[in-house]
Amino acid sequence: MTLLQKQYSVLPGFGLTLGITLFWLSLVVLIPFAVLFGWASQPGIDGFIKTIGHERVIHSLYITFGSSLLAVLINVVFGVITAWVLVRYSFPGKKIVDAFIDLPFALPTAVAGIALTTLYAPNGLLGSLLMPLGIKIAYTPAGIVIALIFISLPFIVRTIQPVLEDLEPELEDAATCLGASRWQIFSRVIFPAIAPALLTGAAMAFARAAGEYGSVIFIAGNIPMVSEITPLLITAKLEQSDYEGATVLAVLMLLISFLVLLLINLIQRWNNKRNGMN
Amino acid sequence: MNQSFRRTEKSWVRRSLTGIALVFVLLFIALPMFLVFGEAFSKGWAFYRDTLSQSDAVSAIGLTLLTAAIAVPLNVLFGVAAAWAIARFNFRGKSFLITLIDLPFSVSPVVAGLMYLLLFGNQTALGVWLDNHDLKIIFAVPGIVLATTFVTFPFVARELIPLMQSQGADEEHAALVLGAGSLQTFWHVTLPNIKWGLLYGVILTNARAMGEFGAVSVISGHIRGVTNTIPLHVEILYNEFNIAGAFVCASILALLAIVTLVIKSFVEWQQHRSHQQSLRRSGIAAQSLPSDSTGPVTALNPL
Repeated sequence: MTLLQKQYSVLPGFGLTLGITLFWLSLVVLIPFAVLFGWASQPGIDGFIKTIGHERVIHSLYITFGSSLLAVLINVVFGVITAWVLVRYSFPGKKIVDAFIDLPFALPTAVAGIALTTLYAPNGLLGSLLMPLGIKIAYTPAGIVIALIFISLPFIVRTIQPVLEDLEPELEDAATCLGASRWQIFSRVIFPAIAPALLTGAAMAFARAAGEYGSVIFIAGNIPMVSEITPLLITAKLEQSDYEGATVLAVLMLLISFLVLLLINLIQRWNNKRNGMN
Repeated sequence: MNQSFRRTEKSWVRRSLTGIALVFVLLFIALPMFLVFGEAFSKGWAFYRDTLSQSDAVSAIGLTLLTAAIAVPLNVLFGVAAAWAIARFNFRGKSFLITLIDLPFSVSPVVAGLMYLLLFGNQTALGVWLDNHDLKIIFAVPGIVLATTFVTFPFVARELIPLMQSQGADEEHAALVLGAGSLQTFWHVTLPNIKWGLLYGVILTNARAMGEFGAVSVISGHIRGVTNTIPLHVEILYNEFNIAGAFVCASILALLAIVTLVIKSFVEWQQHRSHQQSLRRSGIAAQSLPSDSTGPVTALNPL
C-alpha cells in the first residue's frame, strides 16, 4: 500500500524515470514551496492578519480577483463563440485565426503589456477613438481587465474546442426531430455537454489571470488604492526588504487560487456523480 | 448522410457569430502583435539596428540565450522522464504527482521569484553560507536560470503525457518482445512516435523561457548589462520613454512567438496526417482480417 508503488509491467525504466521526475520536482518546485510556507508561518496568525488587514492590501486583492473574474466572464462569452465558430463554420483564413488563439501563450507578457498600453493610451490607436466617448482604458482598472482578457483567452477556447469537436451529431439530430429550435439545442443539449470543460478552462484562466504581472503593470498605471494589483504589491514590499509581508501576500494569493481550483474540482466531481446516477 | 437535414444555424446567425469572433480575435489578440512590429520599425531600419547593437541590448540577448540554453534542456529531460513514468505505468499517487507537476502553472510568476529569493537570500543560513563562499545566486545569473526553470517546468511533460497515453504502449511491448533493449526501444520506437509533440513542447518551453518577465524581474535585481534579459531590457527602455527602442527589443520576442505558433500549426498538421495514415492502415487491416480476430488483440491492451 505504499505510495508510488507500481502495478506489474514489462516496460523498463520505471525507477529511473520516476527518480528523475521526483528529484527535479523536489529541487525546482517542492523545496522552494516548503521554504515559502516556512517563512509564512513565522509572523504567526496575528502578523498574518495585520498584513492582510491593511487597506491597501484589501483593495489590491479586490482589484486583482475582481478584474480576473470580469475578464474570465467576458472570455467565457466570447471564448464560446470563438470556439464554436472555429469548430462549426468554415471561412477564409480560419487556420490563421485558429493559430492566433495561442498567441498569448507564446507572446511574452512584457511585450503584450507595452503593446496593449500603447494601443489603449489616450493618444493610441484605440485609445484615441475611445477618448471622445469619455472612455479611458490605459492607466485605469479597465486596462487591467483588457490585459487579463488577452492572457486568459486561450485557456477557455482550447478547453472547449476538443469537446465541441467530439460532440455526437446524433444528439442534435434527435433534438431537431423532436422539434427543438437551434437555440434550444444549444442551451439544452450542447451547452450542458461543454459546461464541465468550460468550467475547467475558466478556473485555469482565473488562476492564471490572478497571478499575472508582466502585462498588467504597464497598462494599470499602478496607482495605490485604484489600480494596484497584489503581485505588484508583493514586489513593492520586496523593494522595501519587507520579506515577511511579501511572503504573507504570496501565501494568501496561493491559498485563494488553490481554493478556486479545489472548488471547481468538487463541482466537477459532484456533476460527474449526478450524471452517473441518471 | 441526409443532406437536407438542417444541422446548422440560419445564415445570418452564422455570419454574425463569425463576425463577432473575428472582430474579437483581431481586436484583442492580433492587433497588439501587429502594433509591436509597426512601432518597432516606425523609426526606420537604422534605428532598429542601432538599438539592437547597443551593449546593454547585446548583453541582454546573450543572457536570454544562455538562460534558455540551460533551462530548456533540463526541463526537456525531466519532461520526457515524467511522461514515461506517468503515461506508461500505473502507480499509486499518480494523479497527485500530475497535480504537483502542474503546480507552477497556477503560481504567480512574482511568487515564483519570491520563493527563490527566500531560499537563497542572505536572511537564511543557506544564503549566508553561499555569501561567505562568494557564490551568488540571487541578483545573479543562477537565480535567473532557476526562476526560468520553475516557470517553464510543466510544459514538456504536459505536452507529452496525453500524447503518449493516447498512443498506448503496444509498440513498445512489441519491440521488447522482439528483443530490443530499453534504450533501443526508446530511441527507435517511442521517440519517433512522440517527436512532433516533443518538438512543440521544446519550442513552447523555449519561448516561455526567453520571454519570462515576472519571476526573473523579482530575482534579477535589474543590474544593467549584467542581469538583464530581453524582457527586462524592454521594461527599462519603456520606462525611460524610449518607446520605439522598447518595441525594437519586443519585436525579437514577438518574432519568436510567431515562429512558435507556426511550428505548432505544423506539428498539428503532422499529427493529423499520421493519425489519418494509421486510420487508413488499420482500416485495411480490419478488412483483410476476419472480424473476430481483432477481439483478443485489443483485449491484450493494458489500457
